[in-house]
Amino acid sequence: MQDVVLALLAKEPSHGYELRQRLRAALGPLGDTLNSGQVYVTLTRLEKAGLVSSARTGGRPDRPDRKVYDLTAAGHRRVADWLAEVSWTPRPELAEFHLKLAAARAARLADPLTLIDAHRRELMRRLRDAQRAALAEADGSMAGLLLEGVVLRLRADLRWLESCERVWSGHGERS
Amino acid sequence: MTGGTLAIRARGLSKVHGEGQARTRAVDEVDLDVPAGQTLAVTGPSGCGKSTLLHLLGGLERVSAGELWLAGRRIDRLGERALARLRRRAIGFVFQDFHLMEELSAVQNVELPALLAGRTPRTARRRALDLLDRVGLADRAQRLPAQLSGGQRQRVAIARALSNAPLAVLADEPTGNLDTAATNDVLRLFDSLRSTGQTLVIVTHDERVAATADRVVSMRDGRFVDDVHLPAASTGGLGDLLGLGG
Ligand SMILES: Nc1ncnc2c1ncn2[C@@H]1O[C@H](COP(=O)(O)OP(=O)(O)O)[C@@H](O)[C@H]1O
Ligand SMILES: [Mg+2]
Repeated sequence: MQDVVLALLAKEPSHGYELRQRLRAALGPLGDTLNSGQVYVTLTRLEKAGLVSSARTGGRPDRPDRKVYDLTAAGHRRVADWLAEVSWTPRPELAEFHLKLAAARAARLADPLTLIDAHRRELMRRLRDAQRAALAEADGSMAGLLLEGVVLRLRADLRWLESCERVWSGHGERS
Repeated sequence: MTGGTLAIRARGLSKVHGEGQARTRAVDEVDLDVPAGQTLAVTGPSGCGKSTLLHLLGGLERVSAGELWLAGRRIDRLGERALARLRRRAIGFVFQDFHLMEELSAVQNVELPALLAGRTPRTARRRALDLLDRVGLADRAQRLPAQLSGGQRQRVAIARALSNAPLAVLADEPTGNLDTAATNDVLRLFDSLRSTGQTLVIVTHDERVAATADRVVSMRDGRFVDDVHLPAASTGGLGDLLGLGG
């Protein structure tokens, strides 16, 4: 979130609410859970870290909205580093689930196929939310593009669960 | 008596293909109730019997054993002619490869089932144009299938399936040949059909299609192994899908 807010500031010095608007335009319905507070909390942290500076404008110094934020030199360097960096979230949950199935079977604690079913149902629920949101977006919208990524990842996970089921059902009977 | 609100009801539905060594129980004693207006997705690995099940439900194949009702009417023992008539009037089929008549225009394809069911050419044409409008293709009515994109062809096929206001639309991998944008078009269309109360059974291995159904049945080796009703509204916020934190 810190890097995102910094990058949004790179365009020009901005009020907090302007940053929030830019975030919403890019995230669409996915940004609904980001409250305004989150942006301000992040800005305060960034200011403490010396990556952002602020100046008050207008006659109401008590209103946080009157603050205009700008990147410091260190902030600019951090944005450049962030853009250049290749970061792709690893998926520890895959290995964890894999080991969970193995442990459940080894200790006869649970039927791996039951665990797989539970996970499939949950992923289907999430896919339903993402797909419904994607259908509500116009073709080619920014938020639709992000949702397509979410949908593709969930599909990949569901396919992997299918493979899990195929292999684990060969290791015992489905009840 | 069977429940009047059930579009489809099956008990012990079975289909055996082949003889001797090649004998396969493609559908194996399946029980199924599909309430009118439900969108049901049937998923499962290739060869598990999805298409065969759909063919049985729509009277394209004869059952080997079991009982089948369509809107309360027993149909597994109908004669060939009665079954053909039922298929034409009460069922709308949608296939992966569209099955459009290449030498007929979009509107001619859509009006064909109504003409075969004995509607006047004028009535059939008017309804076909309405349906093309409904699937967003009013301006493509005179095009040949070859002049349409895959997504547009499938929407023509869906309009055709609706020609006789069927009791159920049965779709076999309807998005199997479509890209993401065209798949989303078809899913939006299914959504609008659902809102009009159309009963819909969709065989699919596309998780996106299954996820937008009201209910998902999983098949393995001719049997149902899971049956999930998906909640209508999301439980968590969409932002949870991203995991964007502070
Ligand atoms: N006409 C047929 N003759 C013989 N076997 C068939 C026929 N149709 C399907 N089968 C067999 O029945 C099983 C189920 O096939 P199908 O219903 O097409 O599965 P799916 O649509 O899930 O891929 C498969 O083993 C398939 O080989
Ligand atoms: Mg098939």
